[in-house]
Amino acid sequence: MKVTGRRPRSRSLGQASSRLLTRILTYILLIGGGVVIMTPFFWMISTSLKKQWDVYQFPPVWIPSPPQWQNYSQALTVYPFQTYLLNTLTIVLFTVTGTLLSCSLAAYGFARLRAPGRDVIFVVLLGTMMLPYTVTMIPVFMLFNRLHWVDTFKPLIVPSFFGSAFYIFLLRQFFLSIPRELEDAARIDGCSPLMSYWRIVLPLSKPALATVAIFTFMDSWNDFLGPLIYLSDESHRTLALALAYFQGSARIGPQMHLMMAVAFVILIPPLLLFFFAQRLFIQGIVFTGVKG
Amino acid sequence: MGPLAKSEALACYMFIGLAVVGFLVFQVGPIGVSAYLSFTNSELIGTPAWIGLKNYAEMLQDPLLWQALKVTMLYAAVTVPLALVVSLALALLMNQNIRGVAVFRTVYYLPAVISGVAVAVLWRWIFNPEFGVLNVLLRYVGIKGPAWLLDPHTALPSLMLMSLWGIGGGIIIYLAGLQAIPTELYEAAEIDGGGRRAKFRHITLPMMSPVIFFNVVTGAIWTFQEFTRVYVMTQGGPSNATLFYGLYLYRNAFSYFQMGYASALAWVLFLVILLMTLLLFRSARFWVYYESQVDRT
Repeated sequence: MKVTGRRPRSRSLGQASSRLLTRILTYILLIGGGVVIMTPFFWMISTSLKKQWDVYQFPPVWIPSPPQWQNYSQALTVYPFQTYLLNTLTIVLFTVTGTLLSCSLAAYGFARLRAPGRDVIFVVLLGTMMLPYTVTMIPVFMLFNRLHWVDTFKPLIVPSFFGSAFYIFLLRQFFLSIPRELEDAARIDGCSPLMSYWRIVLPLSKPALATVAIFTFMDSWNDFLGPLIYLSDESHRTLALALAYFQGSARIGPQMHLMMAVAFVILIPPLLLFFFAQRLFIQGIVFTGVKG
Repeated sequence: MGPLAKSEALACYMFIGLAVVGFLVFQVGPIGVSAYLSFTNSELIGTPAWIGLKNYAEMLQDPLLWQALKVTMLYAAVTVPLALVVSLALALLMNQNIRGVAVFRTVYYLPAVISGVAVAVLWRWIFNPEFGVLNVLLRYVGIKGPAWLLDPHTALPSLMLMSLWGIGGGIIIYLAGLQAIPTELYEAAEIDGGGRRAKFRHITLPMMSPVIFFNVVTGAIWTFQEFTRVYVMTQGGPSNATLFYGLYLYRNAFSYFQMGYASALAWVLFLVILLMTLLLFRSARFWVYYESQVDRT
């Protein structure tokens, strides 16, 4: 990527200073944009640490002193926060496990085992990614309603054990990039497809599996429509659902400082995950964006 | 088929079996049922009666449906190109051999990591007419800011503005695309005396066009299904100024339990998305450049 090193050397002074000017302008634009991007985060944290009535003041208190840390403990006890966290974690963990298992199994079949009709099935499967979820949402709801699964976690968890087209596609592409020789040698030694899937291909696919796990985690953690449709009892709510009710609730009233504390707490796991697995995130995003 | 091939095929079906079952139960079956429901007066409970095209005819008379279509299309028509221009511009800025690209990339991508209710709640507070950070900052410079989400004229533009916060994914994709352009192309252009503008117009844009195309298509499809934000932030108001299609469909299905009508709405949404995608693909001929096509000729 080193472009500058290979540029023609003879440059006039005017060109040099105009290059310096562009460079400075670039930094100003990027840093300015960065400040704008970070302002909402700052505003959220700042609000979450204010005294209740300091929130509604002009000029505003930008950096609350002393910071009201007890807002967090208060916000997390006004509602049964632990229950919501536990509900969310249950759904998220099952969903991630189900997606990893079902998608990697199917992807292995599509990538490695030959069978009549396999490729047709694969293409048809991919075709459904085009369909808006709104088309299938209503019949699937009616199905779960008939099974009396509404107001349980099952409608949010069970489908993930049956694969999802996009992640099957992503994993299949990755499996195809793994050299076959290892598996061929293992097969001669009498290793079954299930064994080579479990012992050879999965251990070699950790980055791809981690990418799938991260995206599934994010989707499930942030999911709102699913819990909104399927969960009605207050004790079954997820964090996202609880926060949505929290904002319209009379029990909370004008307590923006508590709202922001809860919102921030909900954002912490995705943010932490991003900081620790940034490379995987970026690979995943690039994969989704340039596969076309 | 030999015994070996047979056992391999059997193994294959076992591996893809669950996914195929899931596909039939959660995709194919529901698609059929949904199409059927759209011709009935299903209300969740009781046996639905076949009413032919009545749901679709009713839509033509439904002012809220037209409002929802208008709002959603307007939002897509503004935010998709806006996101494209801003994220491509930022990616170009970052692709200049500058220091700290990794830091900028992280900062700009950060909002895209988070989504859903927490973000909607945060932005509702940012847009607060009296104490939200936007109007507070405007007040410092002596401007009385608008009522944002509370005014029918500014509610939709507010959501458009907010959509810019989440364009980090696009920036990363475009940056990766820019870095994949061979430097030889630029060097050749420089030898031919091509300036910045010429290089952008004749190298960067054509080389990036497949990536841009893909992101415009997926972005447009996504915007048409927008739901969480409007549900949490405006509930479609004020005066239906932000009545997005997804919200209107949700209301018909899960507030009024008009499953038949809601299914018909879903199919119309699908047709609109399909039509828009086809138009985009049609237009692709004129502006998307695929290297493989040139190799073939």
